[in-house]
Amino acid sequence: MIELNINGKPYTVDVPPMKRLLDVLREDLHLTGVKEGCGEGECGSCSVLFDGVLANSCLIPVLQAEGVEIGTIEGVAIGEQLAPIQQCFLEEGGAQCGICTPGMILATKHLLDKYPQPTLPQIQEGLAGNLCRCTGYSRIFAAVEAAAKLA
Amino acid sequence: MRANAAQYELIAPATLDDVLATLATGGYTPIAGGTEIMVALSAGRLPQKPLVSLQHLKELRFIETTAEAYVIGAGTTFSDIRHHAGLAADLPLLAGAASWTGSIANQNRGTLGGNLVNASPAADSPPALLAYEATLKLVSATGSRTMPYTAFHLGYKKTALLPGELVYSIAVPRIWTGYRSYTRKVGTRNAQAISKIALACLARIEENKIADIRIGAASLSAMPMRCAATESALLGQPVTSQTVEKARAALASEARPIDDIRSTAAYRAAVAGNLLEEFLQQLST
Ligand SMILES: Cc1cc2nc3c(=O)[nH]c(=O)nc-3n(C[C@H](O)[C@H](O)[C@H](O)COP(=O)(O)OP(=O)(O)OC[C@H]3O[C@@H](n4cnc5c(N)ncnc54)[C@H](O)[C@@H]3O)c2cc1C
Ligand code: FES
Ligand code: FES
Repeated sequence: MIELNINGKPYTVDVPPMKRLLDVLREDLHLTGVKEGCGEGECGSCSVLFDGVLANSCLIPVLQAEGVEIGTIEGVAIGEQLAPIQQCFLEEGGAQCGICTPGMILATKHLLDKYPQPTLPQIQEGLAGNLCRCTGYSRIFAAVEAAAKLA
Repeated sequence: MRANAAQYELIAPATLDDVLATLATGGYTPIAGGTEIMVALSAGRLPQKPLVSLQHLKELRFIETTAEAYVIGAGTTFSDIRHHAGLAADLPLLAGAASWTGSIANQNRGTLGGNLVNASPAADSPPALLAYEATLKLVSATGSRTMPYTAFHLGYKKTALLPGELVYSIAVPRIWTGYRSYTRKVGTRNAQAISKIALACLARIEENKIADIRIGAASLSAMPMRCAATESALLGQPVTSQTVEKARAALASEARPIDDIRSTAAYRAAVAGNLLEEFLQQLST
């Protein structure tokens, strides 16, 4: 049995210790906001916050997540209301198919925690591990800039 | 084909001593940040052996500053390194390498120890640590030993680490006041991609001559390499166009780059010469 803490809630799962955190979130806990793109650490669609810092859940064996505060996209909204970063992605057209969006939003959260008023190069670096194949990065960067202005 | 995770065992003993005792029983593979191991698992090329986690060990994650050296725990992440004010100021080659070792998410998980033990010839920290003449501390259930980092890499993905041993820490001397440093990585996507070629260089100029020089390189041979012949061609010389030509020739003679999916040997050798020349030109200004 492995005990997890996700978005502030405790969970207990009975899974092999090397099962990827990504698969445990999706298959065992039905937290399907986290997506699988590449499965190799290249695309960021499986991003989670791992004790507050951005990490790719496809590269984390679930046992290594025990005792860690995990944050997923499901924990970002405030009740039924979108968080400011989510609202900005919506308004700036920073999402299309949505596969990359949970990861983009968590990467943005991590970036703004560290640099509340990021420069464009800081935004580009902070999101460089998150690939989007439809929206185009300029709208995504605009969403991040809008979110920073609200902070 | 992805491997079936259920076929792998993974344990996380509470202390370093417990981990070392586990490793002493034989057959266990350590896993730190997992950014190499988990990719191998996904690709179905991770040998089916039990694993022991290092990630939770606070004993391996530290940066200590003494008068003579920075001592960095093997479990220290690239994010820890690049955001450490002392390292960023005093060891720009290492802080620079940390800042372009994959994405931010990769830097938050990947460790310096994992980078050295994985021992890819293209890895980013080795050239810097070769130039800085780092010293490794290795530990096992039976004791510890130190070794100059220049003696650690033995061949393609082959290191001097013995079964049951872990890298405990990496010590880098603090003697670089007055040195000029240069590092550049050339890859398809700059920071994000594994390098096609990278150099990390340090030099001290006295009376218009090169009084000391250290050059570490990635992807110029089957393992990370210190460019000894190039260094001797430069030592004691003024930075003139003849010196640059001699140094380029020496580098071409000692480089044994490989052809692989990322690039060709000829491209690597040519670009390495260009980087060297760029560094030498900066020295003469
Ligand atoms: C998307 C992506 C991009 C990347 N980009 C780069 C890049 O630009 N440059 C670069 O150099 N690398 C890059 N890497 C590779 C990787 O992130 C680094 O090599 C990293 O340093 C590995 O550290 P880790 O802790 O994650 O290793 P792990 O996967 O945990 O382990 C790697 C190896 O080291 C061993 N090991 C780990 N710690 C110890 C120890 N203390 N003692 C003994 N053995 C140990 C393990 O048994 C294993 O063999 C990238 C990886 C990914 C997935
Ligand atoms: S699925 Fe994890 S980084 Fe692409
Ligand atoms: S919105 Fe489709 S991948 Fe980014």
